[in-house]
Amino acid sequence: MRNKLISETQAIASLENGMTIGIGGWGSRRKPMSLVRALLRSDISDLTVVSYGGPDVGLLCAAGKVKKLVYAFVSLDSIALEPHFRIARQSGTIPEPVEWDEGMLQWALFAASLRLPFLPTRAGLGSGVMDVNPTLKTINSPYADAEELLAVPALRLDAAFVHMNRADSRGNAQYLGPDLYFDDLFLGACEPGRRFVSAEKIIATEDLLKEGTFHTLKINRSMVDGVIHAPNGAHFTTCEPDYGRDEAFQKAYVDAARDPETWKAFSARFLSGDESFYQEQVVLWRAEVKAAKEATK
Amino acid sequence: MSDTPVLADVIAVACAEAWRGDGEIFASGMGVMQMLGARLARATFEPDLMISDGEAFFIAGDLPIGATDKVVEGWIPFRSVFDTVAGGRRHVMMGASQIDRYGNTNIANIGPWAKPKSQLLGVRGGPGNTVNNATSFFIPKHQTSVFVPVVDMVSGVGYDRAKKVGGFIAQRHDLRRVITNLGVFDFNTPDHAMRLVTLHPGVSLDDVVSNTGFELVVPAEVLISRGPTAQESAAINIIDPKGLRLREIAS
Repeated sequence: MRNKLISETQAIASLENGMTIGIGGWGSRRKPMSLVRALLRSDISDLTVVSYGGPDVGLLCAAGKVKKLVYAFVSLDSIALEPHFRIARQSGTIPEPVEWDEGMLQWALFAASLRLPFLPTRAGLGSGVMDVNPTLKTINSPYADAEELLAVPALRLDAAFVHMNRADSRGNAQYLGPDLYFDDLFLGACEPGRRFVSAEKIIATEDLLKEGTFHTLKINRSMVDGVIHAPNGAHFTTCEPDYGRDEAFQKAYVDAARDPETWKAFSARFLSGDESFYQEQVVLWRAEVKAAKEATK
Repeated sequence: MSDTPVLADVIAVACAEAWRGDGEIFASGMGVMQMLGARLARATFEPDLMISDGEAFFIAGDLPIGATDKVVEGWIPFRSVFDTVAGGRRHVMMGASQIDRYGNTNIANIGPWAKPKSQLLGVRGGPGNTVNNATSFFIPKHQTSVFVPVVDMVSGVGYDRAKKVGGFIAQRHDLRRVITNLGVFDFNTPDHAMRLVTLHPGVSLDDVVSNTGFELVVPAEVLISRGPTAQESAAINIIDPKGLRLREIAS
């Protein structure tokens, strides 16, 4: 019986420059942030990143790790625009931006997970997506309707990161929040070997149905190569019902990103050590904010 | 009702009116005014509409925007939203940073796509929305920098482009209404060019024309947007007790 428990650092050590990495979650919701932070600490670069983008994309762009970005949006949800992503796009530092419709991303991952070369859709046709992605091709229905459809090419991943509420050490994983997003497709689209699931709690297999119904068990162990115990690992994004978004910290992140100097200070404070250093700094920061609030009362 | 109605209430009613006749479909509002419109329509003249909490659930009842004591009547995670879009059983009201004469819209970026002057959200689900289900728009500030001759990135497909694609998309393409702080617009013209439908109370035709960067179709008779009925006023106060709608309108 395989025990797949590893650390974030071990997961990142299996990556190579130039790989295609899919990151689960959505916007600023249930993002595998501890894995993203470990990636930031590494010297891996020239990445192709596929994501329903949030701070994962922003941070990787700010660190100069992204060569190609496949996205439909990058947003922090409660704060609409992601500051690092904006700076990167406006200064042209993402060499190959690939902007698709949200549904096209799903189809590309689904096609890869089914080992199909493409899946047809209408989403994208007639829009600017066709103008800025000249390599996209259409296909005509072979049936009587002969409708011309967009053939969304399969997007195979070299590595996938998703964050779950619970997992056992064998890789059976559980989401307890309102939405799986497309996490199963990120894992499905990835070659076996580097499919990583971080989780708030590692529990015994027999406890998997204690907190949620069987409907929450959409990720099974055949889809997972490495399991990482990552309490508060989605911080500062949501991880319902374990915790909500840390809105105050997200705002501090956005404020810091406005200026290279303040961003340098923010990075030094929070991102210059390992994951436990980050988590400690967040606790200290919260206490400081609370003390400052009480002082002004 | 001899008093001039509050502009935000006129706009809420105009947004709600976009869903009139839609029946049992997903009325999706991207933004406070859009959500208010959808909920107002359901609370009054369109009771079978499906409304989500913007997260993952269909909610029943006239829930105030942002309230958490919701009665759930269904589950609508993003994957089901995408399925509903492709199935066409949805009418979404979005925002737009730019819109042109045929309803091409842009929420993605301002300036050239390759290196934008201002990066906004990205195209999001706009391309899929506009070729699959009915789409309307609420634009809080009607001005020439928004109502432009050509949008910088087509995140939402307009009638001229849908026609060029042809087939199913051209036949089913359905942009309904554009509601702004000045008036209500639609595309019910022979070539689907944007048409003025009503002016909000106190707004002149010149206000609209001078703030629109393309030629607008203006019918011989232009009516004035109506204010809320007593029933609608009561519903607006239940759905938006804090007056969030007032902050949505450019003065």
